[in-house]
Amino acid sequence: MSEYQLLLQRYDPEHDNEPRQQRFTVQGEHTTSVLDALLYVQQQLDPTLGLRWSCRMAICGSCGIMVNGIPKLGCKTFLRDYHAEILIEPLAHFAVEKDLIVDMTQFLAHLSAVKPYLINDYSGTQPHKQTPAQLAKYQQFSNCINCGLCYSACPQFGLNPEFLGPAAITLAQRYNLDSRDNGKAARMPQLNAKNGAWGCTFVGFCSDVCPKQLDPAAAVNQAKVESAKDFIISMFKP
Amino acid sequence: MQILQTDIIVVGGGGAGLRAAIAAAEAAPQLNICLLSKVYPMRSHTVAAEGGAAAVTLNSDSAAAHFQDTVSGADWLADQPVVEFFVKHAYQELVQLEHWGCPWSRLQDGSVAVRRFGGMKTERTWFAADKTGFHILHTLFQTSLKYPAIKRLDEYFVLDLLRVGEQVVGVLALALNSGELIQIQAKSVILATGGAGRVFHYNTNGGIVTGDGMALAYRHSVALRDMEFVQYHPTGLPGSGILITEACRGEGAVLLNNQGYRYLQDYGLGPETPLGQPENKQMELGPRDKLSQAFWHEQQAGRCGDYNGHAVVYLDLRHLSRTHLQQRLPFICELATAYVDIDPAQAAIPIRPAVHYTMGGIATDINCQTTLPGLYAVGECASVGLHGANRLGSNSLSELLVFGRVAGEQAAHYASQCPAADSKALSVQSEMSQRWLNRRFGTNATDSVAKLRRDMTLTMEQGCGIYRTGEGLAHCQQQLQALQQRYQQLKVTDHSKVFNSELLQYLELGFGLDVAQAICTAAMARTESRGAHQRLDSGMTQRNDAQFLCHSLAHYQANALPQLSWQAVQISSLPPAQRSYGTTDGAADSGAGNTKGAKA
Repeated sequence: MSEYQLLLQRYDPEHDNEPRQQRFTVQGEHTTSVLDALLYVQQQLDPTLGLRWSCRMAICGSCGIMVNGIPKLGCKTFLRDYHAEILIEPLAHFAVEKDLIVDMTQFLAHLSAVKPYLINDYSGTQPHKQTPAQLAKYQQFSNCINCGLCYSACPQFGLNPEFLGPAAITLAQRYNLDSRDNGKAARMPQLNAKNGAWGCTFVGFCSDVCPKQLDPAAAVNQAKVESAKDFIISMFKP
Repeated sequence: MQILQTDIIVVGGGGAGLRAAIAAAEAAPQLNICLLSKVYPMRSHTVAAEGGAAAVTLNSDSAAAHFQDTVSGADWLADQPVVEFFVKHAYQELVQLEHWGCPWSRLQDGSVAVRRFGGMKTERTWFAADKTGFHILHTLFQTSLKYPAIKRLDEYFVLDLLRVGEQVVGVLALALNSGELIQIQAKSVILATGGAGRVFHYNTNGGIVTGDGMALAYRHSVALRDMEFVQYHPTGLPGSGILITEACRGEGAVLLNNQGYRYLQDYGLGPETPLGQPENKQMELGPRDKLSQAFWHEQQAGRCGDYNGHAVVYLDLRHLSRTHLQQRLPFICELATAYVDIDPAQAAIPIRPAVHYTMGGIATDINCQTTLPGLYAVGECASVGLHGANRLGSNSLSELLVFGRVAGEQAAHYASQCPAADSKALSVQSEMSQRWLNRRFGTNATDSVAKLRRDMTLTMEQGCGIYRTGEGLAHCQQQLQALQQRYQQLKVTDHSKVFNSELLQYLELGFGLDVAQAICTAAMARTESRGAHQRLDSGMTQRNDAQFLCHSLAHYQANALPQLSWQAVQISSLPPAQRSYGTTDGAADSGAGNTKGAKA
């Protein structure tokens, strides 16, 4: 067991004019995650601490936070990898609702905006054929858990919340690359627009922080290529 | 208090709730659907299902075979017409998911691949690597965005059902981000709130799986059916309970005790299969109840290892190639590395059973309808009669789809023809609830929500575990009553309105305690051993069809123990027989105390 100091950013909209920091002491062993430590604080020290969490196995995407300034999933970040003092804040670039809970409304709106569903006129009663090679084209991008870490890593989203952002563009690419989909034309206006793929300045930090290593920066870059092709094709259309 | 009006309310945004909402939107596009959940839909616990979804797929397979596996897996406590309906419709529902874009794993020729799963006599489990629930949930969520009729209320917690007479006409919900109560009126309500695994201490479940919907219906006099049947998944990580999928064993993983011995052969599941050649329904591919029970015996016999104070056995995947592991079980590799610091290609994973699934739930008929007009239930929170005394792995994801659709269509049909209820009485009920809620706040001398919850989960673990005794259950029931009394005195000390976690956990705990009492009471009354319910008491260690080939029904009593009644099991074509796994017949089904010692 080692002792750690958690420096938590707190914000209670009913009492605080601005965020403040509060220090908690926790014990951690080899397997103690930052989420475990936060739940210890909430259950043993201060029940008013607000945070989102559920699966504790890095698949539900609820527990995104900033750990020493880097976007992380609390459940997949371990005390053992830090020194005695750890700064914990809500995800950057989102409005804070309370403590570590941020407003995800805009994020959800961006996901919805790219028509993230198969578009085709298939009417068969059997499954489509899709070879492993065809699956591999989009499979990685289908693994996004919607945790929002990439938005906290994205300086463009920080400056302009209207920017679709890495996860939504990745999701658009996930469907654009699916051999069963014919909906690219319906998605391209979103990607071509000012707040679409071209909003990205290719910093690439989104891919660094992705807890599922699905490389959203690559998806955004592919979307730019698609968008450029789309533009050229449109010039030759009658 | 704000009042919203809609036609159908779906409570819960997991697989069942989303499938129901989509079905309702397709069945009756003119209806408004309110999909309400205490979390964003993609956080729902369907997300954590790993292994796959079952449906008859191969030419060599048949509906009759899937039916037999399910009924015998259920130790004959499944309602057979329900199982027949399920196996008949599972395939088309998985195809529907494919049409909606689910990235099912494929064979080289582009057709959908199927894998082995426990208790299934042939390969029939569709999978998307080892994140099947995740992909099903996200596919359904993303598809639901196509339907303008589906309006979401994310992060709303249902406090109570609204009723006029016997008819359910809406819900009363707490907006978590404002702390305000809101009255939502509807013509039909579908509960799809998931299971109650979090009433136990060690479980594979997310923190949100607290039995809310079960308690909501139960408090309104809908019976909870077969609650004594709680599934321990044989392979959870020690301490955290994080799920290590059965698909590992489907792919050929084996279970070893502390002497490196494949102990399952001593529990009627043998003979031992050669490494890398798993056989259906044999050894590691036996059903979950048998495997968890075998662990218990190994633990009693001192043949478990130790992992940070937890008794464990070992799941060995080392003989599978790293490429195969990365392709078929990438998430398991990630979980084992992150949470127990083990590379499954190089070392066996320490595992132990953890509570995984509530077979029982809100009693419904085959149409997902409860005994209250207008109220439907589906998915893990419901007991439609499919799983009986033990659920087979990969039947529950298919269940969400098959019965999610039924629930949505039925609720839509009901909402289309039901007259509007007189809503005047609702404001009285709502105001009473608001006053009740206001009285929850205060201070506690020593107790807390967290302490009380911990005491509940440990009590359940001790009294209602893999093996149960009359004495242990009686003690558990007394403890639960004492906890109920403590709960009556307990106050919420955080008086804030915005995202009040303590209040939410307080309300979940109240629901959980009611569900826990139903589990314990039903377990006491079932003085036989069947499926996941095993009694050690003398005369109770075997299945007793003469007395107990029936469902238990727990009926809520305010401030008193639940009342139990019994309901006949519907048996249409497969009469009760002995369950057999492995190649040993008959002897395969020895109860507790009949096991042979390990040949270490």
